[in-house]
Amino acid sequence: MLPTETPLTLLDADGRAVPSAGLDMPADDVLVALHRHMVLARRFDTQAMALTKQGRLAVYPSARGQEASEIGAVLALRRADWLFPTYRDSMAVVCRGVDPVEVLTLLRGDWHCGYDPYVHRVAPQCTPLATNAPHAVGLAHAARLKGEDSVALVMLGDGATSEGDTHAALNFAAVWQAPVVFFVQNNGYAISVPLAKQTAAPSLAHKGIGYGIPGVLVDGNDAAAVYAAVRRAVTSAAAGGGPVLIEALTYRVEAHTNADDATRYRDTAEVDGWLARDPLARLRLHLAGRGLLDESAVAGLDAEAEAQAAALRERMNTDTAADPADLCRYVYAEQTQSLHWQQRELAWELAAAEEPR
Amino acid sequence: MTAVAETGARSQVTPATVTMAAALNRALADALREDDSVLVFGEDVGTLGGVFRVTDGLAAEFGEARVFDTPLSEAGIAGTAIGMAMNGLRPVIEMQFDAFAYPAFEQITSHLAKMHNRTRGRVALPVVIRIPYGGGIGGVEHHCDSSEAYYAHTAGLRVVTPATPGDAYALLRQAIECPDPVIFLEPKRRYWSKEAAVLEPGGPGLDRAVVRRAGRDVTLIAYGGTLATALEAADAAAEDGRSVEVVDLRSLSPFDDETVTASVRRTGRAVVVHEASRFCGYGAEVAARLSEQCFHYLEAPVLRVTGFDIPYPPPHLEEFHLPGVDRILDAIDSLQWQETAAKAGA
Repeated sequence: MLPTETPLTLLDADGRAVPSAGLDMPADDVLVALHRHMVLARRFDTQAMALTKQGRLAVYPSARGQEASEIGAVLALRRADWLFPTYRDSMAVVCRGVDPVEVLTLLRGDWHCGYDPYVHRVAPQCTPLATNAPHAVGLAHAARLKGEDSVALVMLGDGATSEGDTHAALNFAAVWQAPVVFFVQNNGYAISVPLAKQTAAPSLAHKGIGYGIPGVLVDGNDAAAVYAAVRRAVTSAAAGGGPVLIEALTYRVEAHTNADDATRYRDTAEVDGWLARDPLARLRLHLAGRGLLDESAVAGLDAEAEAQAAALRERMNTDTAADPADLCRYVYAEQTQSLHWQQRELAWELAAAEEPR
Repeated sequence: MTAVAETGARSQVTPATVTMAAALNRALADALREDDSVLVFGEDVGTLGGVFRVTDGLAAEFGEARVFDTPLSEAGIAGTAIGMAMNGLRPVIEMQFDAFAYPAFEQITSHLAKMHNRTRGRVALPVVIRIPYGGGIGGVEHHCDSSEAYYAHTAGLRVVTPATPGDAYALLRQAIECPDPVIFLEPKRRYWSKEAAVLEPGGPGLDRAVVRRAGRDVTLIAYGGTLATALEAADAAAEDGRSVEVVDLRSLSPFDDETVTASVRRTGRAVVVHEASRFCGYGAEVAARLSEQCFHYLEAPVLRVTGFDIPYPPPHLEEFHLPGVDRILDAIDSLQWQETAAKAGA
């Protein structure tokens, strides 16, 4: 039930395969798919950062440097499974198949959740910390009650593990033996607060044993290891093996968001150290070394990522016309009398503003 | 639940005497029987049948997969209910006491209330949160809060409170069928009140107030635990020759403007009664709406008879805090009757 002392790894920083207790190296086609989605994810991330600078997004929390964790976890899910992401997991949501413009609706400011959660089985991105964890537990328990084998994977950050809802969710999941994978990306910082000020536990994965949940510590910059660990947890949970807590050790290369200044709380040297452990370069080295990826394939992939970014840029550079009537439309299943009046007042106000003076 | 045992068959047509607790129990049982997606869970609701016995016998009848005890965490209960509702179930959860629901506040206000809106109606959360609330039972600290204003202030929640056994049954059935999340506040001092009632899911809608007693001179607006006090005050006022109309709000959110304003326009006077503190209390909203919508019909300011602006007092002092008949009669007496008479005479 206790995690290993050091993170489970399948690929070292130079992309060499290393033997890892209990983790199976994913098949070649999976490794190639992981690489492809990580390239697309990184380009999506840099495009979103650029859109922030252009004023097209109100804010963007980057996950640069965490691509192995984000993509590895999502590709390990089956169509029947559910993803419960946070605000930092936009690239994971895109990887799951949600239209990137719909994903960015929240950060663009048009509406809160731009996509239909049922289409790709992706819950709305959660901004309060850890509140999505009990949702995942409830959804997964309901699936079991209905006789379905769906698993819910909830994404959490290191900071979120200090919240009460993480505790409640882990405990409920364990007592109910609910098919849930708690996937904690430990990226070192909760905005500015480093992990040392967040917990005194030997690792976040160690917290599992207190609930009777197996804890797994995995190298979060190793896409192969993340995929293998999550896949194993999903398979086990779907078969009735109960919840699993996975800590993926990674690093937030960018600041918390574009509005944050990371130089106030961490050294450039620390960032540089992690840049040298880039998850994308690691997988690329491995694939190239094994002849699974050549230069033309990389060029083709870069072109695909560029085209995707250009399409996103173009679609995000149009001005949207949010409908003010939507404000009062969705609060209840059926509009209340009071909201009907308020919607009418707003309509009058807007009509009056349109009239020539 | 002797009343349940006495009444026996499900579709009862002749009124039978039933307590509010038994009526609630019956509503849960009937909902569980008629809809496989209904679940009941919370602290001590399974084997024990709830600390107020509202869920008595349900786990035995419907099994532990549908009626069950959870670990002790209100945020966990509310949060998992949200996930279950996302996956097609209709959870009816219990917060054991009003003040013990506060750990679930973030789940209720940030998620339960907002999900339908933030997903443009794509995700509905038909969750009912049953909360025994209010005082008058000699409960110690943290067991007697009237927390309705917190919930009523939150857009996206419906807030309902029955005052009679018949309404307890009907409103709970309607709340369980409602696609919106419903905060279902049960006035715990009325749990053992009895009424000869026909328990049926129909009647006035989930968002309607009802006139409990017709009158001409003044409208008393009450709900939950204070309705019985208001009716008692109306009886006493009648002895003094004042004809008092009593409106039972039932739904605190949405507010039934139509029924309440129609009554106040008839009587020209209004007093709102509730246990909760006055400042930013529910009565403030009622008074504001009445002055906005009935100003020209009013003969006097809308008055509030409420608890004091204090934390709920200890058992030996609660009688001084709770609005009683005398306090209501005093409020009615101060509604500028002389001024109206003088105007009429002039």
